[in-house]
Amino acid sequence: MWSLSHITNEIHEWLSSTFNPTWTLIFEMVLAGVAVIGLFAVLGLVLVIMERKVSAWMQIRLGPNRVGPKGILQSTADTIKLMVKEGMTPSGADKFLFNLAPFIAMIVAMLLMAPLAFAKDFQLWDLNIGVLFVSAISSLSVISILMAGWASNNKYSLLGAMRSGAQIVSYELSAGLSVLSIVVLAGSLSVSDIINSQADGWWIFKGHIPAIIAFITFIIAVTAETNRAPFDLAEAESELTAGFHTEYSGMKFALFFLAEYVNVFIVCAIGATLFLGGWMPLHIGSWDGFNHAMDYIPSSIWFFGKTFFLIFLIMWFRWTFPRLRIDQLLNLEWKYLLPISMINLLLITAMAILKWHF
Amino acid sequence: MKFIVKYIKDIWGAITSLLKGMRRTLYYFTHHKEIITQQYPDNRDTLNLPERFKGEVVMPHDENNEHRCTGCQACELACPNGTIKVIFKNEINAEGKKKKAIDKLVYHLELCTMCNLCIEACPSDAIKMAQTFEHSVFDRNQLTKILNNPGSKIMEGVE
Repeated sequence: MWSLSHITNEIHEWLSSTFNPTWTLIFEMVLAGVAVIGLFAVLGLVLVIMERKVSAWMQIRLGPNRVGPKGILQSTADTIKLMVKEGMTPSGADKFLFNLAPFIAMIVAMLLMAPLAFAKDFQLWDLNIGVLFVSAISSLSVISILMAGWASNNKYSLLGAMRSGAQIVSYELSAGLSVLSIVVLAGSLSVSDIINSQADGWWIFKGHIPAIIAFITFIIAVTAETNRAPFDLAEAESELTAGFHTEYSGMKFALFFLAEYVNVFIVCAIGATLFLGGWMPLHIGSWDGFNHAMDYIPSSIWFFGKTFFLIFLIMWFRWTFPRLRIDQLLNLEWKYLLPISMINLLLITAMAILKWHF
Repeated sequence: MKFIVKYIKDIWGAITSLLKGMRRTLYYFTHHKEIITQQYPDNRDTLNLPERFKGEVVMPHDENNEHRCTGCQACELACPNGTIKVIFKNEINAEGKKKKAIDKLVYHLELCTMCNLCIEACPSDAIKMAQTFEHSVFDRNQLTKILNNPGSKIMEGVE
C-alpha cells in the first residue's frame, strides 16, 4: 500500500545497497534537510494564501483573485517580490544581531520539526522526550524576537519585542501545563508513544471534560505564543507599525513572516498530536468494523487534516477577536488560564491514577 | 464565595460572547453571497451603488429647463470650505418688478468633501447628491462646474 513510510524505506534500502552506512546516513540527513526546507517553502505559500482567503471571506471580502486561477498564485508572486527586494540594514542598527535574528527564528522553527510524526512510522527523530524537546525549543523563539527588536535601534521594535517577551514567558506556563496533562494521561513524553496511546480513541474524547479544558487552554496559549491576533501585541500594526520587524525588509522580513506561519503549523501539529491523535485515524473503542474503515484513509491525510483544522481555528480566532491590551493579556494568563490549568492538571492526574478515562 | 461566583460568571460570559462573535464570522465564511466587494472596472455596467452614495452635487432640472433654486444662499453658508458660490442677477418679472434670481451656482468639485451639509441646508430641495464618481479630468478647471443649465429659470411656486 502507498504510504510515506513505504517511500522512505525504499530510499533507505536503495541507499544502503549502493553506499556504505556512513554515506547512507549523510545522504539521508541531506535528504531530510532538503525535505524540511521544501516543506517550509510549501507551508509558507499555502498558509499565506489560506490566511488571506479565510480573512477575506470572514470579512465579507473577495480576497486575492487576480494572480492565477482564483488568486492561488498570489503568495508565490509576493514571495518573488520579496526575494528581489533589497534587504536594508539601518545605519544605527547592531548589524550582526540585526542580520542574525531572522535566521534564529528560522532555525528554531526547523528544530521543532524534528520530533513531529507526519504519518505512521514517518518521523525525523523519535526521541524519548519529544514533548519536552518541543516546549524547550519553542521558548527559544523569544530570543530571536528580542534580538530583532533590540538590534533594530527603533523604539517601535523595542516596545514590540519587550511586549512579546512578557507575553511568551507568561503563556509558556499554561501551554506547558496543558501539554503536561496529556503527558500524565499517556504516561510518556515520546511523541510516538503518545500517538500509540490514542489507538482506541483520541485523548480529547477519552479524557472527558478536563481534556477539553486542557485543549482550550492549549489553543489559547499557543495562539499567544505564536504572536497572532488577538494576542499580536508584539506586531500590533495599529500601534507599533509592525513591532519587532518594523525595520526589516526583503528576504529578512520574509524569513520572519515564514517563521510565524511555520510556527503556527508546528503548534497546531503538536496540538493535533497530543489531543487529536496525530496520524491516528478516528478509532472508537472496540468498533472493529468502523476502525478498519477509518484505517483505509492514509495516516498522512489524517495528520494534515487535523493540523489544518487547528490552523483554521487559529485563523478564525485572528479574524474574529479584537486585540487585547497588555494588562488584559497578562490578566488573562495569570488570573484565569494559569489557575484553571493547574486545577485541571490536578483533576487529570486524579483521573489517570483512578483510571477513570476510557 | 461571592468572588468565586463572579469569577465563574466572568469566564462564562467571556466564552459565550466570544462564541457569538465566532458564529458570525463563520456565517460570513460559509455564505459567500454576503460578499459586498464590487470588482469595479469589470462590472462597470452592472455597478450596484448604495442608495446614499455621495458622488457630486447636482441640480435637477425638469423638462422645461426649470430648477428649484431660489438663491437663498443657505448652501453657500452651510459649506465648510467654500465650495459653492451663488452669483445673482436681477430679473424683471411679468409685473415689471425687479426680482432677485440666481445667475450661476458655481460648484468647485475639487474642493468638495461630499459632507452633504449643503443638501441638508437647502430649504427647497434644489440640489442633491448624484451617484457619479468617475471625476478625473486632465485640467482642474473642468472641475469648477456651473450647476444651473444655461437659460434655466426658477420653477413656478417655489419660494
